[in-house]
Amino acid sequence: MSGEKFKAISAADFFYKNKEIAGFDNPVRATYTIMRELVENALDACEQYSILPEVRVKLIDEGNSIYKLKVEDNGIGVPYEQVPYAFAQILFGSKYTLRQSRGIFGLGGKMAILYGQITAHSTVRVTSSTGGFEKYSYELNINIQENRPVIRRKEVGPNPGRWRGTTVQFSFEGDYVRAKPKVVEYFKQTSILLPYANILFVDPDGVLYRFDRVTDVMPKPAEEVQPHPHGIDVEGVQRMINASRSSTMLDFMANNFHRVGVATALNFLKSIKIDPQANPKTLQSRELLTVVSRMKEYDEFQPPDAQCLSPIGMELLKAGIMREFRPEFVAVTQRGASAYSGYPFIVEAAIAYGGEIPITPPDEMSVFRYANKIPLLYDLHSDVAMKVIKKINWQRYRLDLSTMPIAFFIHICATKVPYKTVGKEYIADRPEVEYEIEWALKTCAREVKMHLTRKEKASIVQRRLTVFEKYLPLISRFATELAGAQNQPNVEKVLKRLQIHAKEVEQRSSLQAE
Amino acid sequence: MQKRLNKEVVSKLNELGMEIYGQLERGEFPRIKLPGRTTSNIVFDEELNQFILGDQKAVRSASNIKQIRSLTQLLWVASFAKRLVSEGKSSTLRDLYYHSLNYGIKFREQMESDDTVTDLEALMTEPREAFNIFPKERSAIFGDLSIEYTTPETHKGRRANLGSNPDGVMVGLSVAQADFLSCNANKVFVIEKNAVFRRFIEERVYDKFNALLIDTAGQAPRLARLLIRRLSLELGLPVYLLTDADPWGMHIAMVIIRGSANAAHLRELTTSTARWVGLWATDIKRFSLPSFPLTKLDEQRIRLLEADMRYRDFEWQSELQEFKKTKRRTELESFSAHGLTAIVEKYLPKKLKMIADMS
Repeated sequence: MSGEKFKAISAADFFYKNKEIAGFDNPVRATYTIMRELVENALDACEQYSILPEVRVKLIDEGNSIYKLKVEDNGIGVPYEQVPYAFAQILFGSKYTLRQSRGIFGLGGKMAILYGQITAHSTVRVTSSTGGFEKYSYELNINIQENRPVIRRKEVGPNPGRWRGTTVQFSFEGDYVRAKPKVVEYFKQTSILLPYANILFVDPDGVLYRFDRVTDVMPKPAEEVQPHPHGIDVEGVQRMINASRSSTMLDFMANNFHRVGVATALNFLKSIKIDPQANPKTLQSRELLTVVSRMKEYDEFQPPDAQCLSPIGMELLKAGIMREFRPEFVAVTQRGASAYSGYPFIVEAAIAYGGEIPITPPDEMSVFRYANKIPLLYDLHSDVAMKVIKKINWQRYRLDLSTMPIAFFIHICATKVPYKTVGKEYIADRPEVEYEIEWALKTCAREVKMHLTRKEKASIVQRRLTVFEKYLPLISRFATELAGAQNQPNVEKVLKRLQIHAKEVEQRSSLQAE
Repeated sequence: MQKRLNKEVVSKLNELGMEIYGQLERGEFPRIKLPGRTTSNIVFDEELNQFILGDQKAVRSASNIKQIRSLTQLLWVASFAKRLVSEGKSSTLRDLYYHSLNYGIKFREQMESDDTVTDLEALMTEPREAFNIFPKERSAIFGDLSIEYTTPETHKGRRANLGSNPDGVMVGLSVAQADFLSCNANKVFVIEKNAVFRRFIEERVYDKFNALLIDTAGQAPRLARLLIRRLSLELGLPVYLLTDADPWGMHIAMVIIRGSANAAHLRELTTSTARWVGLWATDIKRFSLPSFPLTKLDEQRIRLLEADMRYRDFEWQSELQEFKKTKRRTELESFSAHGLTAIVEKYLPKKLKMIADMS
C-alpha cells in the first residue's frame, strides 16, 4: 500500500516541522503535554482491558533543562514484535473502527518521543511484557525522514515474576519549575475521575504525589464499533473501500457501517440512485462524493448507540469527587446517549457542595472538565461548559456561585470529542453537546437545592432545640431562686417533648422534599 | 412601714417563682400572663385621672421560641430584684444591665433590660423602686422640711433638714422614702430648670413664699414624682408647677399631674391636685416676654397633645390653641429681660392669685 507509506513518511516530518499544533510550542507546555500523553497511554493500556491501573511516573532533573521521564504501567503490555512500531513509527490508524479512548491513534505518545529525540537527542527505552515467560527491552530511535523505527539495542530476558506491563523512559528538554502547577493539577484532576486507579508521581524535587484507589469497580471498557454513516468523510470511505473485500455497494454498506444492515443499505442506495450491485472499487470519485454527502443528509439511519462509549458512571464519579474534596453533598447525573454528526456521546456531570470545596470569585469558578477521562486544563472560558454555566439561572436553584462552595464536574465521552483545536483543550459549542450539558447540570442543581432545603429545615429545628436547651435550665435556676427552693426542677421532661417534636418536623420536611 | 412593704414584695416574687417551679415539675412549659403594654391596652381612667392598663393579657410561654428568651430575662430580673430587696441593696437600671452579663442572658442593649424591668413592674403591679431599682438621680429639693431616714440601714433613724444645703438635696431613694418629721412650708414649687431653682434659692423664695422648692431638671424622675405626691398627700401641701412655655414644658407639668403612658401600669405616682402655674402660652403676651418661633417639631408635638385624653380640659386646650395661634414659645429664664427679680416679685404673686381666683 504505497499510498499509506507516503502518508506515513510525511507524518513524522509533518509533526517535526509543526510541533506547536500538538501542544509542544515551548518547554513549559511541552513538559506538560509529554507527561500527559504518556500517562494517558499507560491508563488506556489498563482500562481497555479492565485492568485496575497502577501507574508510576518519575521525572528526574538531569541538568541543562533536560529531564528524564519514566512511566510504568501494569497494562496489557505490547507484544514483542510490535514494540518498535508502537513507539517509534508515527502512523495513522490502519483500523477503521471507532471506540472511546483518550487518544485515537496513539499519536501523542510518539510525538512526545519524537520531541525528546529532537531536543535531547534521546533514545527511548521500552521494557514490556504481556505477562508471559519473558520480558523484553528495546532502545529505539525514529528515522524522521523515512518514519521508520531504528532499533539501537534489543534484549530479551526471563520474566520470573510473570510481570505484565510497560515501562517507557526517555529524556527531553523541558521546564518543570514553570510547568509544575499544571502537571500537579493534571494528576489531581485525573485521579478524580479514576477512583479505581493507583497513581504515583515523584517530581524532580523528590516530592511524592500519591492518589490511592478507593474502589475496585471499573467502568465497562468501550467496545469498538464501525463508523456511523453520519460521521464519515470522503477520505474515510475511500480507505474503507480500499481495505474492504466487498464487491458490491450493498455488501460494503451493510458490513462496514455502524447500525446499517441490508435493508437500510438497500433503501439508502435506492434513494440516491446508485446500483446496489455496483463494485465499490470502481466507483467514480464524483459518485463517491455524492454517496458521502447524501449519507450525511439521509435521516433514515438508526442513531448511533453508546456501546462504544465508556462513561465512568455515577457511583465512580461520586467516589472520585468524595476522595478529593470530601464535600458535604454531591449530586451526580448521567445523561442518556446522544449523537452529533454521527458520533455518539454521553455527558456525565456532578455538582459538589461544601466540604473542602473553596468559595471562588465568579471569574475563577471551580469547573472540572473532562473529555474521555482527560482533564482539560486550559481555556476554560472558551469551553461550552462555561457557556452553559453562564447561561443557567442559578438563583432558580437557590445557588449563588460567588458565595457558596460549589464545584462543577463535566465529563463528555465520545468516539470523537468535538475539540475546537488540535491541542485537546476545550470543547466546541455543538448544540447537541450544549443541550446535554445544560440538562445534566440542571438535574444536579435540583438535587443540590433539595439538599440545601432539607439541611436548612433540619438546622432550623436544631437551632430551635439549641435555644430551648440554653434557656430552659436558666428558667429552672431562676425559678428555684425565686421560690427559695433547694433543688432545681429537672427540665429533661420538657426537653424530651421538644426533641420528639423536632424529630417529627424533620421527618415531615424530608417527606416533603422527596 | 418599709419593712412591711419589703416582705410583701418578696412574697410576691416568691409566688411567681413557685408557679414556674411547679410548671417545670409537672413537665409543662413554663408560662406567665402579663398585662398587655401595647398602646391598644392603655386606657384613660376617669376616676383615677390617669392612664392605666386595660384588661388585655399577653401570654409569655417557654414553648414559644420567640418568647422563651424574654421569659428567661424576666425571671432573671425577678430573681435579681428578690436578691436586692431581701439583702437591702439597691441598683440602677444601668447597673442591672451590666449584672445581666454575668448570667448568660444577653440583653441586646440597655433599652431591652429597662423594658424587662417595666414588664416586671406590670406583672407585680409594683414600681421598680419597690424592687430597689432606681433611675439615675438628678432632681433636688430645698426648703424647711425635717426628715428621718428609713433606708439604707446605715442611715436609719438619722435626721436632716432639707434647707441646710444651699445647692438643694438630691432626691434619691433615701429622701423619697424618708419619714417627714416637721415642715414649716405651706406650699411646694416644682421647677423644670435648675437655673431658675437656684435663682429662687438666692432670692429667698422659700422664705418669701414659705415654700419648698423642687428642681426636676426636665421631665420629673419617678422618685421626684413620688416625693411630690407624698408632700401633697401626707402633708397636704398645695403643689405649683413651673415650666417653660412650650409643648414640652407643658407636658412635664402634665406627667406630674396625670402620669405618663409609659407608667400606665403604675398608680401612686401622680399628684392630681398639683397646679400648673406657668409659663402659659398666654403669659408671653400678658408679661410681654421675649419669645421665639415654634419649631416644626414643636408644632407636631402640639398636634399630638391636642388629641391626648389628658389634655381634654378647657384650660389645657386653650393654651394649646394659643401656641397654634401665636406660633411662639419662651423659657422661664426670659423673665431676666425684666430684671433679676422680676419672676419672683412680679410674676409669681400675680400667677398665684390667678390660680386662687380660678379655683
